[in-house]
Amino acid sequence: MSTSQIISSAHAGQKDGGRILRYTLSERVHHWLGAVTYIYCLITGLAFWSPYMFWLADLVGGGPTARFWHPWFGLAFTLSVVWMYKMWRRDLATTDDDRRWWKAINYYIQNDDEKLPPVGRFNFGQKIFFWLMFFGVILLLISGVGLWFVEAIPWSLRWLRYLAVTVHVVAALATIGAFIIHIYMSVFMEPESFQAMIHGLVPSAWARTYHRLWYEQVTGKLPPPK
Amino acid sequence: MSQATLQIVKISGHAGPVPGAGVERAEQVCKLVDTTTCIGCKACEVACLEWNGYTFTDTVFDNSYQTMPETAWNYWNLIKFNEHEREDGSVTLLMRKDQCMHCADPGCLAACPADGAIVQYSNGIVDFQQAHCIGCGYCVSGCPFNIPKFNSATKKMFKCTLCSDRVNEGLEPACIKSCPTGCLHFGTKDDMKDLAETRAKQLRENYGIEKAGVYDPPGVGGTGVIYVLHDVTNPEAYGGLPKDPHIPWVVRFWKGPAKWIGNLAMLFGVVGVTMHYLRFGPKQAEDGKNGNGGQP
Repeated sequence: MSTSQIISSAHAGQKDGGRILRYTLSERVHHWLGAVTYIYCLITGLAFWSPYMFWLADLVGGGPTARFWHPWFGLAFTLSVVWMYKMWRRDLATTDDDRRWWKAINYYIQNDDEKLPPVGRFNFGQKIFFWLMFFGVILLLISGVGLWFVEAIPWSLRWLRYLAVTVHVVAALATIGAFIIHIYMSVFMEPESFQAMIHGLVPSAWARTYHRLWYEQVTGKLPPPK
Repeated sequence: MSQATLQIVKISGHAGPVPGAGVERAEQVCKLVDTTTCIGCKACEVACLEWNGYTFTDTVFDNSYQTMPETAWNYWNLIKFNEHEREDGSVTLLMRKDQCMHCADPGCLAACPADGAIVQYSNGIVDFQQAHCIGCGYCVSGCPFNIPKFNSATKKMFKCTLCSDRVNEGLEPACIKSCPTGCLHFGTKDDMKDLAETRAKQLRENYGIEKAGVYDPPGVGGTGVIYVLHDVTNPEAYGGLPKDPHIPWVVRFWKGPAKWIGNLAMLFGVVGVTMHYLRFGPKQAEDGKNGNGGQP
């Protein structure tokens, strides 16, 4: 299969003077839609979470405004995650290499990446991040609707109100943990991937080092994935 | 809404100390509702609307004399009518004036995330401050009595104020003022407690109503509205008055330990990645390194 055919599939990849297309425009747009809406929900959610962070609501227009928009931004975030699922689900399937990678994760943590099994378009950590966000947002959406229209839950079913609060808090904290690591990895640990999410391109050497299977697929050295 | 902030002893969603936290006041105010002498005339419902400036809203018929199924954002005072079958098979109508109970340990205030949206005055009144309310509805989850109600037009929560504006000026609440049978009383908590116990004793000893007693639930630290009930062992019969109300444990956990567990976890995450960066630094792809054609 030629490179152009690969680009036309969900798999990006194109040589451009030592640089390879990692994220198409559509992938970048949907990623940033998710990023902006998630960060809005994070700021306003933290404001509702603790009196010591209530001032965060003032950054986005005050408490009532934050309360009004938080659910709508949450809805938009859900849509962006669904769209990312649509774009990336084939790249997110767990492989045998992933299982070996997970066992060898200490090498990844210690920056001994050369000792790791070869990685496809996404490494197993990225896949875990996605699935955590994916299932997290499903729980946040369902419990969030309960919090959005709390009075619509009748008094006799009030245990649902308490369940909604619990699920929303636990799911939100789980996504925050994942979010901290995501920001750290993509902005600080591998600045190339932050650039890739803006311009779409990564250096060939970077792709070869960290996503060798993907590199070989997009450069035609290996057959592309099914 | 009182301007006397120094008399505020509890503030919702508040970081740091409360201005009037140390204020002591000998007298807590209290409403006493004697359900045994209530005739269900609803004068208190009308007086409440009148004083608080609400027009009469449409009633909702549900096969009883009750005005609507539960209190509304603009209908804070509701007589609950309940047909009750006695043990001997005869039927009686239990009537109870439902409104905010003004708990000493208010669940709405504990659940509220907005600084100053719910306050408790030193006289015990729990008051919503709509100017600070963000309309999130957390108070709905915190209240064990199903009292806070949402106005979808203004996106603010409302409930009985115990006529804090009248009480501040030395007047009794509007509902009390209107009661024709004298089943409603207003005074200090101690006086009302005494009066209620005296009445319950009278019912037990003079009228043979053996289970008569006073409803002042300790689960919420006692309330600013207390009832004399014919059967204090079965408050549920009076339109769902909870037998042992307390702040839901989920709300307690959410606003207590969960906060600190969550905050520490988030802090741990940020400190953790910072330490990792200082220890290992960024990953650096080196041209040629491991670029040998896919051999592991």
